[in-house]
Parts: sequence; C-alpha cells; structure tokens
Amino acid sequence: MLDADFFRRWMTATAVSVGREAERLTALDSPIGDADHGSNLRRGFDAVADAVAKEVPETPGAVLVLAGSRLISTVGGASGPLYGTLLRRTGKALGDAAEVSPAQFTEALRVGVDAVMALGGAAPGDKTMIDALVPAVDALAESFAAARVAAEQGAVATTPLRARKGRASYLGERSIGHQDPGATSSALLIAALAETAGE
Amino acid sequence: MSDDSRLRSGEPLVGVVLVSHSAAVAASVADLARALVGGGATVPVAAAGGTRSGELGTSAELITAAARSVDRGAGVAVLTDLGSAVLTVKALLAEGDELPDGTRLVDAPFVEGAVAAVVTASTGAGLAAVEAAASEAYTYRKT
Repeated sequence: MLDADFFRRWMTATAVSVGREAERLTALDSPIGDADHGSNLRRGFDAVADAVAKEVPETPGAVLVLAGSRLISTVGGASGPLYGTLLRRTGKALGDAAEVSPAQFTEALRVGVDAVMALGGAAPGDKTMIDALVPAVDALAESFAAARVAAEQGAVATTPLRARKGRASYLGERSIGHQDPGATSSALLIAALAETAGE
Repeated sequence: MSDDSRLRSGEPLVGVVLVSHSAAVAASVADLARALVGGGATVPVAAAGGTRSGELGTSAELITAAARSVDRGAGVAVLTDLGSAVLTVKALLAEGDELPDGTRLVDAPFVEGAVAAVVTASTGAGLAAVEAAASEAYTYRKT
C-alpha cells in the first residue's frame, strides 16, 4: 500500500530530478518552445517540495492536491496548469484514504491524465506530455518500473512527431526532429515515482 | 431588467480582467478599452500581465487578485491572450475556489474582445451580454 509519506517522497524526488535536469529541459525547449521549461518547472517543484515538507499533508490525495495547487500558482508557464491539473485531479480521485493500492493509484492517475487532455485539448501523437503519460499509466498496471520505461520510450518517440499543440505547433514541420520537453519532464515525474517505489 | 434600468438602479457592473503574458500588453489593452468607453459608467477593469517577478508569463496569483479586485457581484469576464494564460484561467476555474463566483473565461480576441467587453459592461449589461459582445468581435473581418 502507498501512504502519504510515499507521495511526499515522490514529490521531493521529482523536485530533485527536475532540478538536476532543468538545463536539459530548457535546452530541449529552446528550438521549439520559449526556453523556459526547465526553469519554470524547477521553480514549481521546488515550491511543491517546500509545501509538502512544511504542511505535511496526511493523506495521499491531500499531498497531490497541495502539490498541484502549488504548481498552478508558481510555475508561470503552461506546464503549471497542466501539471497542476494532473496532480490535483489525481489527488481528488484518491479521495481521503490514508493508504491506496497501486491499482487505485493507477486509476486515479488515469483520471488526472484525462483531465490534462481535456484542459489542453491534446491527444496521443500531438507531441506533448500526453505521449509519455498515457503509455506510463497503461504500463503502471504491470509495475512502476514498466511505467518508467514506457514514459521514457514515449518521450523519445515524440522526436519524429510534428507538434499540434502549444507554441511548438506554430513551427509546423520544423518541430519535427526535436524531443518534446513536456514529454521529457513527464518521464522524469514517472521515473521519480519508480525510484520512490524502489524499482 | 433592461440595461438602462440596471444602471439607473445602481446595479453593480460586470468586472473585466485582462490576462496577458506581458504586463505591458495587459495594462495597455486595459487603458485602450477604458479610453474607448466614452460617456458610459466606469467599468472595473484589472490587468493581470506577466509573472509576479515582472517576467513574461502567467501568474495565477495575479489573476486571482485581479478578479477579486473587479468583482462587484455581477460577475467577472476574463479575457486572455495565449497558451498558459488560457490554461491557467481554465485550471483555476476547473480546480480551485480562488476565483469569485460568476467568473467566466470569455472566448474572444484579446484586444477587440476587451474593448467590446468593457464598452458593453459600461452600459450596465449583464455578464452574458458582455461575453456575447466580446465573442462577437471574432466575426469582424479586416479584409
């Protein structure tokens, strides 16, 4: 079973990973975006790590709702409302249980991913974070490690795609050949999840 | 209640919030819209541009503060420019309880929609009419 501490550690691990990879995320965002993905997301997850350490939410759902709220209020770019919605909706779907099973978490995360698709209007294949998150949720039924691999493969597989959402979509054909920064940071989020689970 | 009687009876006006990635754009469009009102009532208009640290981007906190500052109880029409401005307002409306009741994201071109919204609000029109006027700005062709 996964308790609030597990989710707090997941958020902290994500902050560490995003901090470590911030320059790479920004470099990926330079040719097809506005070169702020790494710095925006680092600011957001640093705020998340601070908030969960200070407020110590007591349920898995409360951890993710708090994390999502902090992202929406601190990021300053499109990744704020998108990741914020992902975590808040996932957290709300978990309800106020003190512990959740991996299967319950998988279903909740699917609710969160669906909410991100509804918010941004992106579908799989549009070269967005969805291309890492959807395969990750599908693989999560198997294991955290499988989800990590699926997310990383999904992120890499965005390279030949043409962007259909966000600023990169204005570039049309020129967006082809670049790995999507949002899919890459989504893979970091899922990798941190697997790391937290010890897989 | 007709628009005129709404004004005469001192009914509150709809508030307008302008959200841009750029503080200068949001403030200037607010100025432009106010200047074009002419003789109407003074509409509560607030700009929420850029981030709190003055950079380009979107701030949920600035948006929330702006919406609260123009809320007179008749609803708040929020107009946005691009990407994260749209997504942040949508996320705040869908997820949070920070925005005042009766806050609505209006699907409209930013500059033309802002002028239409503020001018319409200055007549004492309700939120639905303000929203319709702003959206209708999409139909004005330039060629």
